[in-house]
Amino acid sequence: MANHHDHSHGHDHHEEHEQLKVLGFWIFVVTDCILFGTLFATYAVMMNSFAGGPTGKELFEMPGIIASTFILLTSSFTSGLAVLAMNKGKVNELIAWLAVTAALGLAFVVLEVNEFTHLVHEGATMATSGYWSSFFTLVGTHGLHVSIGLFWMVGLMMQLKRRGITAVTRRKITNLSLYWHFLDVVWIFLFTVVYLMGVM
Amino acid sequence: MWEDIKEFASTFFVTGDPLIYGADVSIVLTILAIVFVLTKYKKWGWLWREWLTTVDHKRIGIMYLISSLLMLFRGGVDALLMRLQLAFPNLEFLHADHYNAIFTTHGTIMILFMAMPMMFGLFNMVVPLQIGARDVAFPFLNALSFWLFFLGAMLFNLSFVIGGSPDAGWLSYPPLSQNDFSPGPGQNFWIWGIQISGIGSLATGINFIVTILKMRAPGMTLSKMPLFSWSVLSSSIMIIFAFPILTVTIALLFLDRFAGAHFFTMDGGGNPMMYLNLIWMWGHPEVYIVVVPAFGIFSEVVATFSRKRIFGYKSMVWAMMVIAIASFFTWAHHFFTMGTSASVIAFFAISTMVIAIPTGVKVFNWLFTMFRGRISFKQPMLWTIAFIPCFLVGGATGVMLAVAPADYQYHNSYFLIAHFHQVLIGGVVFGYLAGIYYWWPKLFGFKLDEKLGRWGFWFWNIGFYICFMPQYALGFMGMTRRYYTYGWDRGWEDLNLVSTVGAFMMGIGFIFQVWQITYSIKHGERDTTGDPWDARTLEWSIPSPAPFYNFATVPQVKEADDWWATKQAKANGTYKPEPVHLEPIHMPKNSGIPIVMSTFWFLIGFGLTFGWVWMAVIGFIGVAVCMWVRSFQYDTDYYVPVDEVRRTEASLGRVL
Repeated sequence: MANHHDHSHGHDHHEEHEQLKVLGFWIFVVTDCILFGTLFATYAVMMNSFAGGPTGKELFEMPGIIASTFILLTSSFTSGLAVLAMNKGKVNELIAWLAVTAALGLAFVVLEVNEFTHLVHEGATMATSGYWSSFFTLVGTHGLHVSIGLFWMVGLMMQLKRRGITAVTRRKITNLSLYWHFLDVVWIFLFTVVYLMGVM
Repeated sequence: MWEDIKEFASTFFVTGDPLIYGADVSIVLTILAIVFVLTKYKKWGWLWREWLTTVDHKRIGIMYLISSLLMLFRGGVDALLMRLQLAFPNLEFLHADHYNAIFTTHGTIMILFMAMPMMFGLFNMVVPLQIGARDVAFPFLNALSFWLFFLGAMLFNLSFVIGGSPDAGWLSYPPLSQNDFSPGPGQNFWIWGIQISGIGSLATGINFIVTILKMRAPGMTLSKMPLFSWSVLSSSIMIIFAFPILTVTIALLFLDRFAGAHFFTMDGGGNPMMYLNLIWMWGHPEVYIVVVPAFGIFSEVVATFSRKRIFGYKSMVWAMMVIAIASFFTWAHHFFTMGTSASVIAFFAISTMVIAIPTGVKVFNWLFTMFRGRISFKQPMLWTIAFIPCFLVGGATGVMLAVAPADYQYHNSYFLIAHFHQVLIGGVVFGYLAGIYYWWPKLFGFKLDEKLGRWGFWFWNIGFYICFMPQYALGFMGMTRRYYTYGWDRGWEDLNLVSTVGAFMMGIGFIFQVWQITYSIKHGERDTTGDPWDARTLEWSIPSPAPFYNFATVPQVKEADDWWATKQAKANGTYKPEPVHLEPIHMPKNSGIPIVMSTFWFLIGFGLTFGWVWMAVIGFIGVAVCMWVRSFQYDTDYYVPVDEVRRTEASLGRVL
């Protein structure tokens, strides 16, 4: 009857529509690239604007940074494992890998908050100099992205629990993992430009 | 307690100017009148169900159009106030501060809250119909974009009566826009009004790229796609690359003001010129973002009213794409006087002149389309024909400004003012008006009255030249922009008076258009055919106004100008109708989340404007909750049964 009819059509429309949303998300990632590109450009202009205040070289504590780098890289790997589990149709394994990814992401955010607190105690704040303004904005924007990703990930784990792997949740996980890998790539640039070049 | 409230109110509300009190009274009366009418006729539920929560691209387009016309009125009143102040030397009609606020809001409103929404209105009203789609790719996001724009615009306009208007120029250059020189909430209103509506614009860019790339009717390859849709694609590509730069730039300006950062400050290692570079990296593409869709409109109008195929279709597409790319390499021509090296200046001078090449190609294509065509001078065509000489002169003076050594003379003079008004009014406004006249019957089911429209047209056009031609000369005579007054000794009084007369003529033209719309609602020629102009593209194949699902059956496209080809085939008797096979139509459900979420964004903006962090926190939590709720909604669409489609089509006079 009417319901049955709707259902048979519903299926292709959904699949097709989910594909559109993946493309839309890719384009969103392009815009996010431009956003980070602008912040990197700002950082490059401000690289030596210390205004007599502390420099990055004096304050960065590399062991913590390197630890958080490896944590984030590992979380990118585990989010990949989550997608593999999804492709095998194993919903519990998928949720478990997402939980691991979220835990690593949370550790990354905690380390970043610690680092910022440390810097503020050492006298480097947003208002110290052009250099520190651009540092906190660039690194903080990345950290904010990671935090939003965590919020999103928790929501999706709940939806997976409730609905299992469907065309819709599959698309959502695809976009989430795309976002997560993208943040990883941004961090690699950030680690190189801000921290490695900063302490050299 | 009472004293505290009085003190708060005296800084919170703008006081001390009779014009402002008049505005306060009229705002309160208008709101009361709207509430009264909606309550009396029990229309609140209707308003909520049919408009505030709609995700239908046509209704969203209409709401964009109405808002942009209101903003055109507000920006236009600003312009007339400025012209009144400058009509004679030493006038004391506006004080310097008030004048600063007015030129600032005039520029910001006209570009961001008039041109942009009018453009998005046209995108929404036309693109899905033109490519044979039933909606945009992301209808919910589309509604969200509209409400973000609308509440951003409201936030910006609120500054007029609450807190005080921004007054540091339409792009808010530091150091003037920093706390030291612009304390108070004015500049924050500017930042948050634009930031909130800018997020909406970015989302619209993404939405239309996906719509155009993925939702065209079967058979419509990109090389058969109508030129307006191509222009929207070009414009949307520019939006996704340019708007993130704006978002970052004004966020950094806000951090300077709010958190004491040193991005653009004079001390602490800040660099104000970095702001100019960043803002124009967005700002220059922005002017092409608004003008390229106008080019698309002219291409549709010229072909329809010359009854010929567009001349040089491929070169038109090529030109729009070249403009989209080149627009990102010209930004520094806005400040040749900054004092960079000669090679940098030379690069930007040449890249600016290069833009004239694809633009010239387009002008020749329009002329060749008209050549030996059977031209009918209906309103859309009138505006198109008026556009060509106007844009030609505006473009030529633009090339003059691009000549860097000469630019040191023209920089920030009235020559520049005349130039950009000529391309923005002559190109963008004339283009959008042509588009509105052209597609109006499709949206509303009736034409706009020709006779009143012609009065409006001639007032606008003659007024335009009388207003802006003298300003080129004033520029050469040494008058720079943003002067709020001048003395008798400068010899500028005659040309300024002429210019003011021209501005008021354009104002009269606008009044004729408002009259035209109100008159035509009752008396306008009804469109019963769905194809009142004997046009060429798919949107004219369906009834006017278009049913909410647009196409009862998805059209099969065989060639460019497919509807024209179908009509030709019908006339020749070679037309073979495809068997009609109706299916249930998949449609998105309405949602109240976009308007609620945008209202929370408004709270964020308002709170941060006044430094009330608690209010911003409520706003951020509200936005997060809205996103969370939406993410958990899975029942977001429904099917229109075949019977209902058949009944709707029959009520529109189409038998299936």
